[in-house]
Amino acid sequence: MLLEAKNISFKYGKDTRQILDNFSLSVESHERVGIIAPSGFGKTTFCKILAGYEKPDSGEILLDGKSLSSYKGYCPVQMIWQHPEQVVNPRLHMRAALEEGDKIEERIIRGLGIEDDWLNRYPTELSGGEMQRFCIARALGKRTKFILADEITTMLDLITQSQLWSFLIKEVQEREIGLLAVSHSMPLLQSVCTRLQELDK
Amino acid sequence: MEERKVILDIHNFSIAFEQYENGFKKTSLPTIRELDVTIHEGEMVAVVGSSGSGKSLLAHGILGIQPYNATLGGEIIYDGEILTEERKAALRGNEIVLVPQSVAFLDPLMKIGPQIRKGKKDKASKEKLDGIFKGFHLKEEVQDLYPFEMSGGMNRRVLVSTAMMGNPRLVIADEPTPGLHMDMVRRVMAHFREMADNGAGVLLITHDLEQALEVADRVVVFYAGTTVEDADVKDFEKEENLRHPYSKALWRALPQNGFQFIDGTQPYVKDLPEGCPFGPRCKECTAECKKRIAYREVRGGRVRCIHAV
Repeated sequence: MLLEAKNISFKYGKDTRQILDNFSLSVESHERVGIIAPSGFGKTTFCKILAGYEKPDSGEILLDGKSLSSYKGYCPVQMIWQHPEQVVNPRLHMRAALEEGDKIEERIIRGLGIEDDWLNRYPTELSGGEMQRFCIARALGKRTKFILADEITTMLDLITQSQLWSFLIKEVQEREIGLLAVSHSMPLLQSVCTRLQELDK
Repeated sequence: MEERKVILDIHNFSIAFEQYENGFKKTSLPTIRELDVTIHEGEMVAVVGSSGSGKSLLAHGILGIQPYNATLGGEIIYDGEILTEERKAALRGNEIVLVPQSVAFLDPLMKIGPQIRKGKKDKASKEKLDGIFKGFHLKEEVQDLYPFEMSGGMNRRVLVSTAMMGNPRLVIADEPTPGLHMDMVRRVMAHFREMADNGAGVLLITHDLEQALEVADRVVVFYAGTTVEDADVKDFEKEENLRHPYSKALWRALPQNGFQFIDGTQPYVKDLPEGCPFGPRCKECTAECKKRIAYREVRGGRVRCIHAV
């Protein structure tokens, strides 16, 4: 499959800074593309547009040539965020966070090292690394075709970072899921990605 | 190199929390078990541990602002004398300053300018604050804002400014840079470095080993409530120079050093193993590792592992 962003322009409201200006990028299913860009480039905003959370002012997001918004129900493009604690419901057990995903396989839960006991905990009772494991699992549902990883291990220690990436790389390879990774760390992207794209204003 | 004076010497430090289980049963949760850190004047020491490992409590313990149900153990010596709770109260905010982890530490009802100047209105403190703000690209108008009116990044820079107002001899920075852009992270770190170069001791508490290696003089590796190794930053250039199996595992997990990982996660306070906390994940673990492990000097650093040579 092919995920394309075509001539995307975006700003967050009238009289605010132009964040993306006529920006294009494409990712194929067998690729892991790393984005390196200066701060303030709008990397997170770009991910949000690609995943359908924001609508661009102009330009379009195409999945296999069809507009992303024409795919109804589960979105085949799933985003994993930098701060897991901000994207899980603080009032529900972690089990509920997994159930939000698209039929998450037991294999994925085991592969990410999620322990049974954690399912019955609230987000505040887990460390950032443990919570991020749930967020990665949640994004890897049955119908996921592309993963957008926005600084997903920046807040974690090195060993957890390496554990999570090694699982994620194996998983997207086996299932031919395309991956777009955003990070400030060049060595990390060099280890993770098949292709790097450096962007500047 | 000349012998520099020790400003802070923390020895066998521990923090335990009293909790009630099922309403009546009182239990003690030893969040920090054995922590040793020494900081000299003009030195920047980074304590590196993963999130949730109890690092912030160290900062709060030194300042005497730990929660009421926390019990401290061990010894903190500041400037040659034991740091008692009374001394902590007298010194914090003056000689010892904290750059807190969260913006919740600011007074929400006080404007930024007066808050950082602690109400002082004289010309000298005004000029000083203006200078600091300029360095951080904060406009003068920011001084007239309340904390809630600022963005996350502005808040961060304001927190760092608070530490730079006085002439502290010891700066404790608790995860000072999350949420900041990389170039601002570098600028903030450069300021801490400058404070150290001017003679203050700086204790940087962080989860980010790479950041610590960029700016600090020494790195103290913290694992599940215990300091397992105290090493010179240069030791991290080669795996063989490191002493503890966990530090070595961290080294190998760096993307540029192979990106390898070991299985498992850090144990919870409640189910810590006997003896070495890293034992269950360690290849070299033997029966001897289940006993209490002493912190000892090895090749110019310190390590809490009986197999280290």
